[in-house]
Formats: sequence, structure tokens, C-alpha cells
Amino acid sequence: MEFTLKTFIFYGFALMTVASALLVVTVRNIVHAAFSLMVTLFGVAGLYVFLQADFLAATQVIVYVGGILVLILFGVMMTSGRLEMRIHIERGQLLLGGAVALALLMLLLTVIANTPAWKNRIDDGTELQPTTERIGELILNGPFLLPFEVVSVLLLVALIGAALISRKEVRD
Amino acid sequence: MTLQHYLVISAILFTLGIFAVLTRRNAISILMGIELILNSCNLNFAAFSRFMTPEDISGQIIAIFGIVLAAAEAAVFLAIILAIYREFGSIRPNEVDTLKG
Repeated sequence: MEFTLKTFIFYGFALMTVASALLVVTVRNIVHAAFSLMVTLFGVAGLYVFLQADFLAATQVIVYVGGILVLILFGVMMTSGRLEMRIHIERGQLLLGGAVALALLMLLLTVIANTPAWKNRIDDGTELQPTTERIGELILNGPFLLPFEVVSVLLLVALIGAALISRKEVRD
Repeated sequence: MTLQHYLVISAILFTLGIFAVLTRRNAISILMGIELILNSCNLNFAAFSRFMTPEDISGQIIAIFGIVLAAAEAAVFLAIILAIYREFGSIRPNEVDTLKG
């Protein structure tokens, strides 16, 4: 593979994603972890652009960074006092969890390296085309109409449920 | 870039998410681990869509549904965390043990 600007940027995004994800799981201060998570989400959005999924990348930034991350930060602010900001980790749990995670990573990498159908698959080299129209066509006028409606109702139910659970109980 | 590049990144994200869920003692950190896992899964969908079926972008639509599910999950998760905090004054999962026999 020739080393072009594109591969350079790709490895930049990959490094950014992996390094900040590592920070999310190791850093002791939960607010720092939340901001590392933001960098991870941006990195994944950049990888989506490399996969020619521009709409998906935009959705990732808007929903994750603009929505879920702000929600997480609100959760931190509302539940963690000054003492709770630091995350306690037990040594035995750390060793056991690390061993399980490492074994899982080895398993996944072995599978990825040894599956013949996935070996050396290079993309067809087409230029980036806007996908928004095709996605809208498939969702609203195609096979994904029913899943779309189901997932909308699911989201509505989840949000109503969340509002109901988290409000203060009114005793009369 | 080959398919395997993306799969390796996704595998690392998944593993880090599992590690966070297993070792962290704070419910919000566990939520962050779950978000990492969901992101790795969406990345896999997009990558397979691009490399295995370049003409068909259904994989991207599944990834969008995945983002919607992640949003719903985060909202309910944080609502439960708030309710637990109000009840127990803490969000460490091992201190919420009323149902323990």
C-alpha cells in the first residue's frame, strides 16, 4: 500500500480513536473520561467519512457528541459530588477484567486475521458520493419503512419512560 | 485501507468497552463502556457495508438504527441512575443491594 496523504489521515483518525478510548477506560476522573469519550466519538465519525458514509458521520456527531455526551455530563454533574468524581477500582477486579478483555481481544484478532473472505479486501476506489438521498429513499420508500416506524415508537416509549422514572415522586 | 484495518480498530474499541464494564465501579463509567461497545458495532456495520456490498448501503442504515437505540438506551440508563441516586445516595453498583438475599 503506497503511503499517501489519505492513509496518513486514516492512521491519524485510527490512533486518535484508539488512544482516547484507552483514556476513557483508564483515566481516574470521570469528567476527563467523558471528554476523552468525545474525542473517541469524533474519531469514529472520521472513520465513517473514510467509509464513505457521510450521513452516518454527521448523525454520529449530532446525536452522540451533541446529545448522548451532554446527557452523560448532566448525569455526572447531578450524581457525583466532589468525592465521587474519582473512580475507585479494585486491584483483583482490574487483573481479572484485564485478563478477560485481553483474551477477548486475542480471540477477535485471530478471527479477523484468519477469515478468508475478509482478507485483503480493498474498497472499489469510487469517489465519495452523497448518501443522504439514497438513505432517505431506502428508509421512507423502501424496505426499511417498518423498522423505521418501530424504532421511532421505541424511542418515544424510552423517552417517556425515562422522564417518568427520573422525575420526583409527588406524594399527596 | 483494507477491511481488516477497520475490524481491528473495532475489535480494540469493543475490548476496551468490555474492560470498562468489567472493572469500573461507577455506573456512568459503565455507560461509557457500553457506548464504546455500541460504537464498535456500528463501525463494523459501516465497514462491512462498504467492503462486502459497495453498491448496497443497508449496513449504514442499520448503523443509524444502532445510534437511535444507543440514544434510547442512554436516556433510560441515566433516568435509572438518577432514581438510584435519589434512593441510595450513591451510584456505585455494588452498593445497590436491596434485593440481595
